[in-house]
Amino acid sequence: MIIDVNFVGLIIASIMASAVPLILASCGELITERSGVLNLGVEGMMIIGAISGFALMTVTGSLIIAVFGAMLAGVLISTIFAFLTQTLITNHVATGLALTIFGIGISAMIGKNFVGIPGKEFPVLFEGLKDTIPLLSPILFGHSIVFYFAFALPFITSYFLKKTKIGLIVRAVGDSPESASNQGINVRLVRYACILYGGAMCGLAGAYLSMIYTPQWIENMTGGRGWIALALVVFSTWNPIKILIGAMIFGGLTIIQFHMQAIGVRIPVQFLTALPYIVTIIVLVVISRDSRKIRLSTPSSLGKSFHKDN
Amino acid sequence: MHKFLIRSFVSSLVLLFTLTVAAVAKDVKAAFVYIGPTGDHGWTYQHDVGRKAVEAAGFKTTYVEGVPESADAERVLRQLANSGHDIIFTTSFGYMNPTNKVAKEFPNVKFEHATGYKREHPNVATYAARFYEGRTILGTIAGTMTKSNVIGYVASFPIPEVIRGINSFTLAAQKVNPNIKTKIVWAFTWYDPGKEAEAAKALIDQGADVIAQHTDSTAIVQMAEKAGVYAFGQASDMDKFAPKAVLTSVENNWGPYYVDRVKAVANGTWNQKDTWHGIGDGMVVISGLDSQMPSDLQAKVKKLQADLASGKVHSFTGPIYDQKGNLMVAEGKTADDGMLAGMMTYVKGVEGDIPK
Repeated sequence: MIIDVNFVGLIIASIMASAVPLILASCGELITERSGVLNLGVEGMMIIGAISGFALMTVTGSLIIAVFGAMLAGVLISTIFAFLTQTLITNHVATGLALTIFGIGISAMIGKNFVGIPGKEFPVLFEGLKDTIPLLSPILFGHSIVFYFAFALPFITSYFLKKTKIGLIVRAVGDSPESASNQGINVRLVRYACILYGGAMCGLAGAYLSMIYTPQWIENMTGGRGWIALALVVFSTWNPIKILIGAMIFGGLTIIQFHMQAIGVRIPVQFLTALPYIVTIIVLVVISRDSRKIRLSTPSSLGKSFHKDN
Repeated sequence: MHKFLIRSFVSSLVLLFTLTVAAVAKDVKAAFVYIGPTGDHGWTYQHDVGRKAVEAAGFKTTYVEGVPESADAERVLRQLANSGHDIIFTTSFGYMNPTNKVAKEFPNVKFEHATGYKREHPNVATYAARFYEGRTILGTIAGTMTKSNVIGYVASFPIPEVIRGINSFTLAAQKVNPNIKTKIVWAFTWYDPGKEAEAAKALIDQGADVIAQHTDSTAIVQMAEKAGVYAFGQASDMDKFAPKAVLTSVENNWGPYYVDRVKAVANGTWNQKDTWHGIGDGMVVISGLDSQMPSDLQAKVKKLQADLASGKVHSFTGPIYDQKGNLMVAEGKTADDGMLAGMMTYVKGVEGDIPK
């Protein structure tokens, strides 16, 4: 097989497209976890976003309503989680798992009427520039707005956490809710906001799958990507830039192993299909092995309920 | 007065009991065990269409979806057998051992296992469709329509059903175009739209201009549509998902068989057998042919379809060689069902190894 630059560009572009839902969901969950809340409901929020986006697109015909509707649906379902864990002080882990089960179930129920309906074409940007620069054109141009947003998000998230006052407050709440509370910060309000934001991003990630990546609705279509997004947050040690790297490695290996199969590389296929999981974990563990940095970025109160300002 | 009340109470109980027994004997209840959700618009969806045909014929049905092919399957089967179902259809290859195991414990319940070959107890029957006949047609179309001579094939798991499909497809494609290459990618999933789309994209990026699939979602035909290459619908007519890409679909039509078998239980004529129906019996249906196909190809395909249905043409007609050049089927002979059912070697012309 001849490897030319455009071929490489095409592969990188498909790797990036497959990384989009992981980046969106992980960056959303990262903010939630940075405020000290562990929400294991990512998969459930994503699937709710997927069905909401697809259903709204089919019913209203408007892509804008559908995308924002999916985010709103993510917000609504995460409100349940926020109410339970922050107001009723339930256990984060159990509530998050319940949220996932609930999301998968209710999406299947709503989705019954939307199976077998083809999706709409989602507009892409800069399509005219697609053949201008070798290698870079397929990477840079001809993608949906959500794609560009996803690749900006880790940098925005990083800036937000490091450089803005609200970002500092979120980190303070996640590290020491007691001190934050003593400083006059409304811990519960901050955590509510972070959970709802996480829900919105997971909803968007789901909508990307059902409206842009594979425009259709079928049950369980998120296929475990929510769990991978959750793992990325932990293995990236709560660093949005490392999430980007992890998501690219994961998406990259998934796609490259298909290419290796098609070329006929003689490596057991089972090993190739397991490769993305193994390598992503190894790489993230290796690049995050500085224990001082891990201590700095790990939200100390992650998953612990905060009672004080009840 | 008391005696009268008691007597009438007892007699009504007896009456009720007789009625119930009569009702149980008459109302056959059928259960279906599905590997995926009924909303997959593919394999499970088509089985559920078949189940609805059984309902329409006046029988009660239940189904359990998303049952893993593990100890969970046994648990579900036991529960269904215990709760008054007379016939249970298990609709995935991996339910083979659980089905036979549970069948031993419930000799009065009939079990029907799809795509398997083990019938260890008199109450286990097996059934499958000769999908490979449909793939002979797809291979013929693919071999004719390809310009790059590279055909992509997204496969699910290395089981005889899938290997047979790859072989049948490749043999037919080579017959019309000896220069074609079939590139196979194993997705190791029946059903994950994202992954299936990525597998298809990899094949397209490597020059495949016709994509065949043995996974269940519509993601592959949509990816083909986006990339401007051809594809084939799997299990159901997928034309509306990719009007330009889909040349035809091979549809699974289980309804008539399910109705027959449930009726047989009701009539007491159910017997153990191995059913393997193809295009001729209507279990495998070829959807309408796309107008992009030249008219002589369309005519050829229609004739092939009729010949496969009548038995004049067999998908595996010798001489067929395996990858190493060993003779599998001699000239003038056709592969028997035993060979087809256990087919775990590629024919000559397929590239790569079967994952072990």
